[in-house]
Amino acid sequence: MSQKVWKRVSLLLVALCIVLAGCSNNANNTTTTTSTNAGSEGAADSNASSDDSGEIKVGILHSLSGTMAISEVSVKDAEMMAIEEINAKGGVLGKKLVPVIEDGASDWPTFAEKARKLISEDKVATVFGGWTSASRKAMLPVFEELNGLLWYPVQYEGLESSPNIFYTGATTNQQIVPAVSWLLENKGKKFYLLGSDYVFPRTANKIIKEQLKAEGGELVGEEYTPLGHTDYSTIISKIKEAKPEVVFNTLNGDSNVAFFKQLKDAGFTAQDMTTLSVSVAEEEIRGIGADVLAGHLAAWNYYQTTDTPENKTFVENYKKKYGEDRVTADPIEAGYDAVYLWAAAVEKAGSTDVDKVKEAAKELEWDAPEGKVKIDGETQHLYKTVRIGEVQTDGQFKEVWNSGEPVKPDPYLKGYEWASSLSSGN
Amino acid sequence: MLHKLLRLPQGKWMLALYAVAAIALFCAPLYLSDFRLNLLAKFLAYAIVALGLDLIWGYTGILSLGHGVFFGLGGYAMAMYLKLTASGGRLPDFMEWSGLTALPWFWKPFNSFAFTVLAGILVPALLALILGYFTFRNRIKGVYFTILTQALVIITTTLFIGQQAYTGGTNGVTGYTKLFGYSIASPGTKTVLYLVTVAFLIAAFVLCRVLVKSRFGKVLRAINDGENRVRFIGYNPATYQMIAFSVSAGLAGLAGMLFVLHVGIISPSMMGIVPSIEMVLWVAIGGRGTLVGAALGAILLNSAKSVFSETYPDAWLFFMGALFVIVVVFLPKGAAGLFTQLKWFKRKEAGHEGADSVRYPAV
Repeated sequence: MSQKVWKRVSLLLVALCIVLAGCSNNANNTTTTTSTNAGSEGAADSNASSDDSGEIKVGILHSLSGTMAISEVSVKDAEMMAIEEINAKGGVLGKKLVPVIEDGASDWPTFAEKARKLISEDKVATVFGGWTSASRKAMLPVFEELNGLLWYPVQYEGLESSPNIFYTGATTNQQIVPAVSWLLENKGKKFYLLGSDYVFPRTANKIIKEQLKAEGGELVGEEYTPLGHTDYSTIISKIKEAKPEVVFNTLNGDSNVAFFKQLKDAGFTAQDMTTLSVSVAEEEIRGIGADVLAGHLAAWNYYQTTDTPENKTFVENYKKKYGEDRVTADPIEAGYDAVYLWAAAVEKAGSTDVDKVKEAAKELEWDAPEGKVKIDGETQHLYKTVRIGEVQTDGQFKEVWNSGEPVKPDPYLKGYEWASSLSSGN
Repeated sequence: MLHKLLRLPQGKWMLALYAVAAIALFCAPLYLSDFRLNLLAKFLAYAIVALGLDLIWGYTGILSLGHGVFFGLGGYAMAMYLKLTASGGRLPDFMEWSGLTALPWFWKPFNSFAFTVLAGILVPALLALILGYFTFRNRIKGVYFTILTQALVIITTTLFIGQQAYTGGTNGVTGYTKLFGYSIASPGTKTVLYLVTVAFLIAAFVLCRVLVKSRFGKVLRAINDGENRVRFIGYNPATYQMIAFSVSAGLAGLAGMLFVLHVGIISPSMMGIVPSIEMVLWVAIGGRGTLVGAALGAILLNSAKSVFSETYPDAWLFFMGALFVIVVVFLPKGAAGLFTQLKWFKRKEAGHEGADSVRYPAV
């Protein structure tokens, strides 16, 4: 008996040692950072510590666990690939990039906590990260407070431009607004709006409704379901009744699988009724099934099939590194772009200082896999080419329309008269 | 020996230990970086929830898997006040996106800080009282009560996510700037907020201590041991359960308010099922039925979570899992139970086997 107790106690001690080891490691970190802090307090360059060592630390902050991991891990992979490629070519300013990876765990306060840790403890030069609008909104105050730099790689609902964030995904006038115009011209006037119930679909649909009013469309229905909702039979019968010509789909995640499968089971094909999605890319097609989605439309700035020499190399390298069965998609490419754009801005600025990098990034151009992109100095968004694609039976997109040239980002839709009521408060 | 000392609050040793712990906490701004101090402040807020949960679960034997809701309600109260201050008379940004044109009536009182603090504690306490009234009086207990608290969590989170115009939806409420005119982000404000949290933690600890040591606390423990016997003696267990549940919820609300001040965001995901269960885990791992154990459990587990996820971002969940398994298998009474076990072992060596009956039910 007594042996058993000793066994327990010793095992607990082992466990405690593990915890303490972690803690002490951590305490060391803290002391070193505080000492460098104290040392460089007077100095103007806050990156003195990383400059000395011949390394530049960059943060990568995506959900590696939880519901968003399935999407965000691919973006992390693309960013890591970009960092490796840059290091192989000699790094930035002759220094190697050292990624510091943190897990946002699909939890918004964790994103804020880890962002704070990356900036104030690790003293990273910049952070690449985020996916959901909620995670961005949680990180935004931290980056503004500590004057950090965040590169956010996902298309989003616009109406935001933080001085400490670069948005490499599309804003609404580079995805949703041109898609609606194209649909009105080519597919029909009667729209049905379906979305998950959170800020992106709500805001997107608010914009679409204004646009329909201005451009002669007609709204026949609008429906929101909670994130993760999987029963669409009621909504599909409502759609049947409303007889829209176009279903504009802003559902996110698993709901897309349920919706498209049930739509197919209800006897709808892409010929009967057009659907256009803004959150369904190559990766989601793998999950939903190409046979279910074939013929349906999506709007993005990049497809794996986008025909540029840069994209050929990008797709080849990505598959070589992570496996033949992996696909590239718009946010993955936007994450890859972000690393290169930041590196180019640092080279131009000759420093990793946030304010200097921001200044240097203005009007910076780069040949991305999606074609030429340019940073708009005013909004810190990218000029991007809009593309509408049709899902093929092999799970890839065939581009059916593009904007011809990169579209200037307009997050507040100031260039659209009908949108004047949307951003009035801001 | 050590354990005996721990049990005796009157003992000079124990007082000295508490004093050292309190001084160490109050002096933390001197030896922790701003970031670590902010993290510790968050953990201390969690410790307040753990104290409240211990009161209801550890002492009264009622398992609530719904404390995330009470925590969240407190958090939202503070968030509403901060958001209104940050918006400076205009509509909060998410209301504009969602198409509201005027501030909803229930947001208006949150312009007042005093109202906010009262609401942050009283609304959760009142909700708990109402839930307790309908359950405890009808002698709904055990697993049925636990399931009801889970239902409360689902109802509340669905409501908060669905009513985006009024609550900020999935994004929650974030983007605060000032508290009493001071920038909420400045290190000075953060240090003050940390000290306030320490003070509240100590106050909550003393409150719980007084409660469990009083006659009230004895009745709670009696309810845990045999509810019917308590009833036959002439007490009405429902009243005691309701009060304990309500105090526990009020503490969770207080912790939620402090949490928002430190973290700067509240969203429905923080009042969901997972955080609610996590809260119970802190108490279970730390030591159910001992107040120090519960508070320490919250602080240690969250520290471990931060450290593991920083050191091994890809594999930290496995480490957390291993930690849970180790504690549950080898220390069924939590970390604080280690002292009991040591004492038990000593007594057995001295030939007093079985003399010390197990005082707390197994986890």
